[in-house]
Order: sequence, then C-alpha cells, then structure tokens
Amino acid sequence: MLKKYIEDKRKEKEILLMTHIVIGYPGFEESFNIIKEMVEAGVDLMELQIPFSEPIADGPVILHANQVSLKNGATVEKCLEFAVKVVKSFHIPFLFMSYYNIFFKYGVERFTGKMKECGVKGAIVPDLPLEEGKEYLDAMASWNLAPIFIFSPSTKEERMRKIAAHAQGFIYCVARKGVTGLDTDFSSQLEAYLGKCREVAGLPIALGFGVKEKQDVDFLKNKADIAIIGTQTIRIMDNEGISAVGDFIRGLR
Amino acid sequence: MSKQGYYGDFGGMYIPEILTTTIEELISEFYKAKEDPSFWKEYTDLMSDYSCRPTPLTFAGNLTRHFGGAKIYIKREDLNHTGAHKANNVIGQGLLVKRMGKTRVIAETGAGQHGVATATMAAKFGFECTIYMGEVDVHRQRPNVFWMERLGAKVVPVREGSRILKDAINEALRDWVSNMDTTHYVLGTACGPHPFPEMVSWFQSIIGKEAREQILNIEGKLPSRIYACVGGGSNAMGIFSGFFDDPVDLVGVEAGGLGLDTGHHASRLKSDDASPGVAQGYKTYFLQDSDGQMKETHSVAAGLDYIGVSPILANLKETGRVRFEAATDREVVETLSLTIRKEGLIPALESTHGFVQAFKEAPELPPEDSIIINQSGRGDKDIFTIADAFNDPAWQEFIKTKAEEYNA
Ligand SMILES: Cc1ncc(COP(=O)(O)O)c(C=O)c1O
Repeated sequence: MLKKYIEDKRKEKEILLMTHIVIGYPGFEESFNIIKEMVEAGVDLMELQIPFSEPIADGPVILHANQVSLKNGATVEKCLEFAVKVVKSFHIPFLFMSYYNIFFKYGVERFTGKMKECGVKGAIVPDLPLEEGKEYLDAMASWNLAPIFIFSPSTKEERMRKIAAHAQGFIYCVARKGVTGLDTDFSSQLEAYLGKCREVAGLPIALGFGVKEKQDVDFLKNKADIAIIGTQTIRIMDNEGISAVGDFIRGLR
Repeated sequence: MSKQGYYGDFGGMYIPEILTTTIEELISEFYKAKEDPSFWKEYTDLMSDYSCRPTPLTFAGNLTRHFGGAKIYIKREDLNHTGAHKANNVIGQGLLVKRMGKTRVIAETGAGQHGVATATMAAKFGFECTIYMGEVDVHRQRPNVFWMERLGAKVVPVREGSRILKDAINEALRDWVSNMDTTHYVLGTACGPHPFPEMVSWFQSIIGKEAREQILNIEGKLPSRIYACVGGGSNAMGIFSGFFDDPVDLVGVEAGGLGLDTGHHASRLKSDDASPGVAQGYKTYFLQDSDGQMKETHSVAAGLDYIGVSPILANLKETGRVRFEAATDREVVETLSLTIRKEGLIPALESTHGFVQAFKEAPELPPEDSIIINQSGRGDKDIFTIADAFNDPAWQEFIKTKAEEYNA
C-alpha cells in the first residue's frame, strides 16, 4: 500500500521527494532517461502526467510540455505502454497524473483496470473534485488503487475532512493560489496551513507548487512528508539537458 | 457528496480544488439575486436605460415576400449597446460583482463581442478588466480589440493551443485560480462549471421573455418555430427559454464551416463528430478524438468556433426538445448578402447561421404561421472578414492606401 510505503520510507528519511514528468516530452526515449536520472538520484515516488490538450491547472512550462508531447504523437495507449516499461524498470511507486477527460473517454472502469495492469499505484486528477468523483472512486477502490486528493489554502476545514475521508495514499497540499510553475512564498503562513492539513488529513501530506530549491525542501522538513518538484525539473532539462536533472535532485536533500 | 448543476447527464463542476470556495460563494450570491425580485428589476431598469431594452421584434416584410411562406420576425439583439446579446449577460454579472465586492473582472472572447461588452461594463462600474483572446481571433476581429483597449481593458493575445476561443477560456481560468479573491470571471456563454450555464441563461432569458410578449401582441398567437445560432449557446438559451412550455419548435444552428463531412466545422450536436467529455469545468458534447484530446474547429464566425456547447442544450438535444442544424460558411455569406439587400439589416456572421436555416424552412410553412430569428448581434465588427468574403476591390484599395499612409 502506498501509505505504508511512505510511512516506512519516512523512518529512513526526513523528507521524501516526489518528482513529475510529462510523458512524451520532449520524446518517449527522453522521458525514460529522465526517470532513470531521477530514480538514480534517489526520488521516492513519481507522477507521470498523461498529456491533455486543455490542462487548466498547469502553468506555461507544463502546458507547453503537454502540447509538444501531443504534437509529437503521444497517445493514451503509448503512455500506458510506457508506464508498463517504467514500472518494470524502476522500483519506486509511480502515479498517473492527468485530467479527468482522459479517464472518462477511455472508460473510468477500463482505465483503472489498465492502471492496475501497468502496476501504477494511484492517480492525481486535478479537475475532479470529490463531488464528481463517485464513479472514479468506486473504480479505484475496486482495483485497490490510491486516489490522491488535493487540499488548497482556501479549502475549508469541514471540506478537508470530507475529502480526507475518501483519499488514499497521501494528500496533495497545494501551496498557494494559481497554476503550476509560479513562485511560492515559504512563510509562516504556509507552515500554519500545513499544520492544519496534517491535523485533518490522517494520511501523509505532500506539498507541491513552487518547490524548486534545497532551501524550500529544508523548510518543509518536519512540516510535510513529501516535497513535490514539478515544473523546476522541466526547466532544468530544457536549459541544461537531461543529465543535469540528477545533480539537481541530489542537491535538494 | 451532492452533485450540482446537472442537466440530464451534462453539466457539473469539474474544477480545481482551489476554486471550490470561490464558486460556492458565486453560487450563493447568484441564488440570492435570483430569488430577490428587486434584483431582476434593477437589472431590467439598467438594461432599458443603458442598453435599449426591450429590443424590437422587427417584421421582415421583404424577406417574407421573397420566400413566400411563414411571416419572418427578427429579434433585434444587435440593437443592444455594444451590438450583441452579450451585454445582457455582462451587465447581469456586473451587478453580481458589485454585490460580491470584487474589483476586477476577466473574460474570454472569441468574436470580441463579449470582450467589448465586458470592457464596457467594467468602464461603467469602475472595475479593472483583462480580456483573453486567441491570437487568431485577435487578427480576425481587430476592430473589437481596438475598442476594448480604448475602454481601458488589457487585451491578452493567447498563443497556446489552437489560439481561438477555447484557449482563451483556459487562460482566463488560469488567471482566475490565481486572483479569485479580487477577481470575478465573467464567462461569456452558457458553458463552464455550475453556476455559469444556469446563470448566463438566466440573464439571457430576458430575450425570450420579451419576444414571447411581443409576438403575442403582434400576431395574437405563438410562432411556429424559433431559430438561433449556437456557439456556447447563450443567445439560443435566452430566446428558447421563453417558449419551453409552448408548442413551438426550437431550432439551434451550429457552425457547419466548410461542411460537416470535411471535418472542418464546429458542430457538436448536429454532426456525428462530437462525443460526451469533460473539459473546461463541465461535461458536454465535445469535438474531441478517441483519446479525449480536443480537435481543431473551424468557422467563419469566431464566436461559434468552439469545441463544446452548453450542457443545457446538450440535454435538450437528448430529450428532443431542441432540434439542431448546421450552416456552412458559404451559406452564411450568401444569406448575409441577401439579408443586407432585402431588409437593410446587417447581422453578425454568428447570427447569420440562424438566418440560413430559417430561410431554408420558411417557404415550407403556411403564410398564417410566423417564425422568429434571433439576430444575436450586428455585423459591423466583421467588416474585414465580410469584405474578404465578397472580395471587395474598392475596400482592398482603401486598406492599401491606408497602409501606405501609415508607412509614409
Ligand atoms: C453576435 C454573436 N452571436 C452569437 C455568439 C455565440 O455565442 P452564444 O452561442 O453563447 O450565443 C457570439 C459569440 O461571440 C456573438 O458574438
């Protein structure tokens, strides 16, 4: 189980790292090599984003990666094949991240079955709030997959409790308003928010949006279980190449 | 876990967690207003003194004689201030923004009509204003960009995706999730997450309420059919909603582009190319591929060039209450020409789609019947596109001379 994996790992490490890639950006071979760099550099779990044409929660960097991947011919089928290969090659938990239409169009039941077959452990679907998630939750439960839900600084406590009651694995705490890829203010306000998330979640908590350097990860120690690095690794790869990604990750903890 | 805002299988609220609190506030403010009779009165008073309401229902005598069938009436939404039905929605949402105490508004726009209407409302109410517009549409609707900027709005050309209406909506949503404390997103059509489809349709229902009363006054009986173009579906919902309980055929006309069999169109409900999906916050018929990736759409009318359609209309298609048709770019240009010559009316390219279907059917109906076409907007904004379609040599000469003046 994902939760247990995270709790066990946390006994060895002060904070875990979760990284993210857009499958097929800039190409499938590169995607595989980036994952290899990341795993060798010690990341503890990873999000594999299946590209979507209308990624409303993503900022310019990840949006661009989605578009390039689709333009270069990424399909859901190819992403699933890719996931099979990745899960066989690397021994950390992988999650899918995508928008709900990808699940819906494939058939939620059928898609989650495929996830199980691939060996992916769970999913993050940023445009699927709990209220719309019944079919998804039932399907995920039937395959014993973890639906990861999101808390935001504007989520009221009562709603956090409702969400936590249906979430599995961990809670993805969004650090601030806005889309991916913008700066976050690592402040006492953020600390208070994480404290509230921790109190309500009953699951390990991860913090994402704007985490991009060692200082940020240090700030999160003892406040969150997982630091999520999204956009920054894409920036580094775009600017310095794939091999720079491993060094970047090693420098974070 | 209660779902809200469903019409049959369509609609809902597929939104990022960060927006839930903002949208809940909006829902509660909207229902408060809807249940408060003084709000509707404030709204209609403002629409009459600022935007020429009630708009006339014009009898098109020459076209009626030309087709020799049913009497043709035209609901004149083009006479709204800013030249389209978009003003109805925008002024309504502007009043809500005041109630919510927000200070900034943002909007997407395709044809630019909704952008101009929003910028106008922002100028009048003293809000800061940013308009997102696909780069392709900035180019094809340049006069409207000029007016938005003069009205004090910041116009942001969107260079992502297919650079049209859907991409402008994505960017507006990205702005909203970043600034919702101060900012209201004035969505321009009956799409998006709940409560937008219901809220926009409610403000637009002013069209149907007036039209029903007007036709009964003139004809003493209900019309047999009503025609409206369908982009996102707000002008159609507006006029149709006045007649839902009546034995009146309701016909929505989508953008047939280069023809439904070419794949270059924006017909979600008439063509077989669309299927149910979830994007931009709601569930409806989308023009998408088998993976769920949205397709490129095409229409001569920027305001109809959109992948999705109101979830309320998607449901009314399933129940059979509304019939859907499509008009091609070529039919639209021909019909526009005829309408201008015969009646001296200049409908927007979007609105003209409704005229095309009405003109196909009017001759089949007996002369004692009447039909209403919703002229959702005026065509002045389309001067560049229409001049190109007519290949007007004098206009081209003028543009060249003008360009030389700037170069000099
Ligand atoms: C004049 C006019 N008519 C119709 C439309 C289409 O929108 P809707 O279907 O919401 O009425 C637009 C959109 O820009 C428009 O400008």
